[in-house]
Amino acid sequence: MSVNVSVNEPAVKAAAENAAGANTENKEWRPRIVAFCCNWCSYAGADLAGSSRLSYPADVKIIRVPCSCRVNPMFILKAFERGADGVILCGCHPGDCHYSTGNYYTRRRMALLFSMLDYIGVERGRTRVEWVSAAEGARFSAVMNDFVAKITELGENVKVGDLRCKK
Amino acid sequence: MAVKIIPLNELEKLFAAVALTKKLYLPVEKAGQYDYAPWEPGTGYDPEVLHTVKSAKGVFFPQSEDLVRYKRDGFSLSIAQVAPEDEDFVVFGVHACDVAGFEVLDRVFLSDPVDTYYKARREHGTVVSVMCAKPEETCFCGTFGIDAEQPGGDVQSWISGDTLYMEALTQKGEALLDQLDGIIMDGNDAENRKAVNDAAEEHKEIMRKLPLADLTTDGFGKEADLLTLFGRPEWKELSSSCLGCGTCTYVCPTCQCYDIREYDTGHGISRFRVWDSCMYSDFTMMAHGSPRPDQLQRFRQRFMHKLKYYPDNYDGAFSCVGCGRCLQKCPISMNIVKVMKKLGGADND
Amino acid sequence: MQKVSEKVIARARELMHDGTVSKVVGWKAGEFFYDCEPNVFETEESLKDLVYNRFCGANLSKYMIKNSIASGGEGAGKVLVLLKPCDTYSFNQLLTEHRIDRENVYILGVGCEGMCDIDRIRERGFKGITGVLEADSGNELVITTLYGEGKVNIDDVLLNKCDSCKGKAHKIYDELISDNEDEGPRGDRFEGVRELEAMSPEQRFAFWQAELSKCIRCNACRNACPACSCRKCVFDNNASGIASKANTDSFEEKMFHIIRAFHVAGRCTDCGECTRVCPQGIPLHLFNRKYIKDINDFYGEYAAGEEAGQRGPLISFTEQDIEPGHAVVKGGN
Repeated sequence: MSVNVSVNEPAVKAAAENAAGANTENKEWRPRIVAFCCNWCSYAGADLAGSSRLSYPADVKIIRVPCSCRVNPMFILKAFERGADGVILCGCHPGDCHYSTGNYYTRRRMALLFSMLDYIGVERGRTRVEWVSAAEGARFSAVMNDFVAKITELGENVKVGDLRCKK
Repeated sequence: MAVKIIPLNELEKLFAAVALTKKLYLPVEKAGQYDYAPWEPGTGYDPEVLHTVKSAKGVFFPQSEDLVRYKRDGFSLSIAQVAPEDEDFVVFGVHACDVAGFEVLDRVFLSDPVDTYYKARREHGTVVSVMCAKPEETCFCGTFGIDAEQPGGDVQSWISGDTLYMEALTQKGEALLDQLDGIIMDGNDAENRKAVNDAAEEHKEIMRKLPLADLTTDGFGKEADLLTLFGRPEWKELSSSCLGCGTCTYVCPTCQCYDIREYDTGHGISRFRVWDSCMYSDFTMMAHGSPRPDQLQRFRQRFMHKLKYYPDNYDGAFSCVGCGRCLQKCPISMNIVKVMKKLGGADND
Repeated sequence: MQKVSEKVIARARELMHDGTVSKVVGWKAGEFFYDCEPNVFETEESLKDLVYNRFCGANLSKYMIKNSIASGGEGAGKVLVLLKPCDTYSFNQLLTEHRIDRENVYILGVGCEGMCDIDRIRERGFKGITGVLEADSGNELVITTLYGEGKVNIDDVLLNKCDSCKGKAHKIYDELISDNEDEGPRGDRFEGVRELEAMSPEQRFAFWQAELSKCIRCNACRNACPACSCRKCVFDNNASGIASKANTDSFEEKMFHIIRAFHVAGRCTDCGECTRVCPQGIPLHLFNRKYIKDINDFYGEYAAGEEAGQRGPLISFTEQDIEPGHAVVKGGN
């Protein structure tokens, strides 16, 4: 049984699908990247990259967090579950945290989490932590370009994801 | 119906023949534990294995199954109901306790309102039971009047020596044996009967020696007074060490509670049902909170359901089949036998 | 074991009788010789069922969260708890986290020579087990079954956690009944972790895929864990999006186990309860020990529960800590 409750005109449907990018068959595969950026340094760094007209791939979806240590390990796993191919976490340089010490805790947590992901067989390189300050627009752009290139090389994430999100 | 035979070392042929036309489930080893899973060439069958970790109920009532999928594609939203099972399948190697477990579920899911998904699987599934090889000290199916030597199902079978003896009990069973003609043989019926009876006698002898052979259901069931049983002070001590995990409910062949949940896939919703456990804090959660806030109440619910509420609703039948899985698997070794001995009739002390 | 056992039971009765304690948290004789269950004994009469034998593997520390707080009423005596050496680490950790009211607890440290695992006995082919006797030699068990009799070497059927026993020394107690000299740790507890690390990523993935696909999401590992003591677990929060109860096509059980172990990283005392209770026999300690090993490698040796009041490695830092990118390389080798 299949009920279509909304628009069902073939032409309209096709147009909508194209707009939403659902018609992926003809397109080249692009990685889906989630970037968690701290409000005080890295997010401002992304801003600077933008206003300085430095480009980075549109595959990167930025999620702003108050501090890198706000990122619960579950956020990272959840991003993978929902179909991310790579997750990058950006915060202030150690010593520069707006809240003094938040990023030091991040560093320890992510060291353990990334090592665990490696341990269960996830490809190295799908996760990354980078410290990017508000003044480093160029660095932000370079980091993102590099990360996207690396994930593109690794290919689609098939090990840690929910199949229901792919149906 | 004649008893048909096949040498144990030719079971692979039998499985392959069944699998030609139907999906075949049987106990399969995975990382050291047995559970029911689809047969593949080379899977094998170990008649010595008494219990799979999870019971066979999952074949008819899977731990998790999708019911509806909503999907958004641009501006269109589609809703697709997952169709109930429409292909025939066979489940092989079920023991008497698990077969009796199906009957417990049948009373719930096949009475009004009928559960479409369960009913479809029951109709399409053929159960081939086998008399268990070596009952364990934790077995007490006799307590609930289950005859381990007549395991039931659509086809029942026995192992004696290196031969499997099969007998159809229903039309579905007959159809299956007919399909296997040429792989299973007729032989001399009187001899076959004798072999089966001898094996059953030998089995009965072991059943009599089981440490729980004398356990009775006295003090429970339809005749017991609900409020007296409910109010017994012993529930407190019995439940004092319960961890509130769901092990007993998930390995149980008769637990039938489920939850319906939704999963956000990012571009749609998948609605599915999963086994639930009355041991969990969010079981039957309502707007005002949980009706059973403490572990004592949740613990009592499980055993009252098996030994009192279910018999009240289904003409005295108990919703325990004495398979003993909870005796083996409970992390803190609390189980239905301890409850029955503590609260039941004097005979059990 | 027999001698210690008699002394322990006698002493528990004495303490209850003279009013030092009003409750005893110990192990209760079960239906069979091996299914001793944790129990709260509230009367002298009920203590007739108190046992201490080779099958008292359950760690009683977690029960003290509820029982140490509840007993604080007026006129109520202390609660006696029997703790094996490894259990005392969990107790200390709970004290560190202010989950136990130490004032209300009387700890009787009980000597342990290793606890047996009925599943491991079954794995050796014994079916219908009806009785067990410790042979005079002291290192064998005589198993009687419905189908005959046999012997096993005790060392072969100890609980997984006892394979790498932390030592016979109690880390906290009010009174001690033990005949054992502390010989220090037994075995190499990181052996299993190293074996996995030495595999290729594909092999590791296949290993965990096979193990975790058995998971029935019963939560026994979480509920038995003395370090998992949150009042409301994130996996029970229906609003969290990760409370599925079972897997459909999901990554969720992997996520559950990674996060379960992560939430206790730096607090896990390696008491081994998770692996002991898993109905599917999943080697869950391999997650916890990976975190412990990494913590030791990255931030220096740390044993949670060694003493009460320690500051855990995930709530402290140094300015020179390893970068996550390097950690993956270092942790994997």
